[in-house]
Amino acid sequence: MTAASSPASTPVTGSGEQSRAPGHGFSWAALLFLGPAGLLLAVFIVFPAIYTAFLSFNRGRGGEFSEWVGLDNWIRLFTQDPNFLRIGFPPSGALWNNVLWIIFFVSFTVLFGLIIAVMATRVKYEAWVKGIVFLPQAIAATSLAIIWRFVYSPDPNTGLLNAVLGIANVGPLSVLGNPATVNWALIAVGIWGSVGFATVILSAAIKGISSEVLEAARVDGATEPQIFWRIIVPMVSLPISVVAVTLLVGVIKLFDLIFVMTTGGPGASSRVIAFSMYQEAFPSGQFGYGAAIAVVMLLLLVPVMIFNIRRFRAEAVQQ
Amino acid sequence: MATVTFDHLYKRYGDDVVAVNDLNLEIGDGEFICLVGPSGCGKTTALRCAAGLEDISDGQLLIGDRVVNNVAPKDRDIAMVFQSYALYPHMTVYDNLAFGLKLRKLKKDEIDRRVKEGAAILGLEKFLDRKPRALSGGQRQRVALGRAIVREPSVFLMDEPLSNLDAKLRVQTRAEIARLHQRLGTTTIYVTHDQVEAMTMGDRIAVMRDGLLQQIGSPQELYDHPLNLFVAGFIGSPSMNFATATADGKNLVLGGVKLELTGQQAKAADSRTDGANVLIGFRPEHIELANGQESDAVRFPAKVEVVEYLGNEELVHAQTEGNEIVALLPSDKKVVVGDNVQFAIPMEKLHIFDPDTEKALAG
Ligand SMILES: Nc1ncnc2c1ncn2[C@@H]1O[C@H](COP(=O)(O)OP(=O)(O)OP(=O)(O)O)[C@@H](O)[C@H]1O
Ligand SMILES: [Mg+2]
Repeated sequence: MTAASSPASTPVTGSGEQSRAPGHGFSWAALLFLGPAGLLLAVFIVFPAIYTAFLSFNRGRGGEFSEWVGLDNWIRLFTQDPNFLRIGFPPSGALWNNVLWIIFFVSFTVLFGLIIAVMATRVKYEAWVKGIVFLPQAIAATSLAIIWRFVYSPDPNTGLLNAVLGIANVGPLSVLGNPATVNWALIAVGIWGSVGFATVILSAAIKGISSEVLEAARVDGATEPQIFWRIIVPMVSLPISVVAVTLLVGVIKLFDLIFVMTTGGPGASSRVIAFSMYQEAFPSGQFGYGAAIAVVMLLLLVPVMIFNIRRFRAEAVQQ
Repeated sequence: MATVTFDHLYKRYGDDVVAVNDLNLEIGDGEFICLVGPSGCGKTTALRCAAGLEDISDGQLLIGDRVVNNVAPKDRDIAMVFQSYALYPHMTVYDNLAFGLKLRKLKKDEIDRRVKEGAAILGLEKFLDRKPRALSGGQRQRVALGRAIVREPSVFLMDEPLSNLDAKLRVQTRAEIARLHQRLGTTTIYVTHDQVEAMTMGDRIAVMRDGLLQQIGSPQELYDHPLNLFVAGFIGSPSMNFATATADGKNLVLGGVKLELTGQQAKAADSRTDGANVLIGFRPEHIELANGQESDAVRFPAKVEVVEYLGNEELVHAQTEGNEIVALLPSDKKVVVGDNVQFAIPMEKLHIFDPDTEKALAG
């Protein structure tokens, strides 16, 4: 689909079988229909985004709010703010934590979702299994966070985790109070909360695989793990990427779970980007600095958007 | 290579469905056997039991002299061709063929050699880099066959592999499979509901109905000597004519016509009490126009109602003593609608069945 090869007067509409507004690339009717939506997008999305980017080069705090400070916010963000990014071994800070979330939350949610979906199709009580796994989806993220704050409580009388560990004579541990464990504990909650979503989407896709294909593989000599990795996973790669991208977007914007469970603590060890943005912009009143963090978030989402647009295009071409 | 033995094999689903009922079948080494029967008779189930995709409820299944009831499909040394082809859609044709070999940890050049060879046999060389999506039905079918042959298994199991092809391609592929079998000599169980396919391809044919094996034998045995009414009606195209007659000593009476019998047929009639009903059966292609010269034949009058011209032959629909009869006659006999004709059937071509047990009494 390249515009270069088609004459300027014909609209580039894929195969071009249906010709709308014959002979013209531009139509007033189209503008009329798209105009209001475009205007809303411009006012509420494009303008704020540009303004945020602009603000990140300003002081953006008490006194001279719009004093131009050049790259000061940016330099501070990447070199002088260990709460946002400390390069070392191991690295730490909100950006690094978010990387951990992206890697571990997304991959394990997809993996568990796949495994549960595959196993659910082989048991009698499939609907029940899926219902239970999906249940956390129906709970508001904040309630979910509160439930898990109880589970992780260091007091064995309230905390399920420490009650269980107590039986094995371990603990009590404060998993949320320890910088070494807090991120993993939170990621585990995130996985628990999202695996139902992954399961439901992937199980629909897995059900679409013909059972004869799986049987063919079985006769061909594949073991169940080989069938899983070499037949099922590649055959549902598209739904997997849809789920992964959805989770990825969610995780870049992740805020509520952290806010309710740890408020970024202990110290700042469980902060993620969105939490840092909120923390710097509002409680600390450094809007310019917060804006810079917001721009980082936006930039992280750009590759995801490009990927999505490519995929939609590819699908459109296939049809 | 190996023999396959079904020994009193049962497959039940729940309490009331018996999909395969006491199947006894010995398939010789290198034999091509066709399993035929109407839809739902248990052919696929029997085949899937042989493949290990279905648990056996009772009885034994042997491949060679090994009981394989509890052996996983991958350890049975079989290859299966599915009705839906069941190709791996995310793999190229090459990888589809190579998959089973890779899993068996064959050396890379050995895999390559076998895949290339299999592709050459089936004319798939041009398509090795394509995904199944980009192939026609016939090409996919050949890939499915190729996937089975590169494995060089000791038994092929095929479940209606041609049913998704158009008539012409089906005939071609049928010949291709027959050639393949001659060349490889691998024991093959071939399931089909098409008796023409079974007749043309099978060394022997096993006819099933409602989970029960009806008869097993060479195509000619089944054609000449069907053991029961079902096999008689199922094998042969156009199918056999049936009519009800009554026993009268060593002869039969069809409506108002006396059929004088000899030999085996006469004995069969004699074994029935006088006046008892029997079913007679005769194939359309065995009906002749009587000229008074036939020595050992039964004769009866018929009135021609419809003539279907087929070129060399004509399908003649006629009425005899209240029975609809189809006869296949040479076109040069010039039979015309409304003609009153005399049909003759050679004695040894006349089948007699017990209407209650449906078993053959003679023929
Ligand atoms: N999973 C199952 N549960 C219950 N009954 C089944 C099951 N699978 C098959 N059956 C029954 O077993 C019988 C035999 O089925 P099978 O698939 O072997 O028939 P078939 O001879 O292959 O027919 P077709 O020519 O239509 O493929 C049928 O009556 C079918 O309804
Ligand atoms: Mg079947």
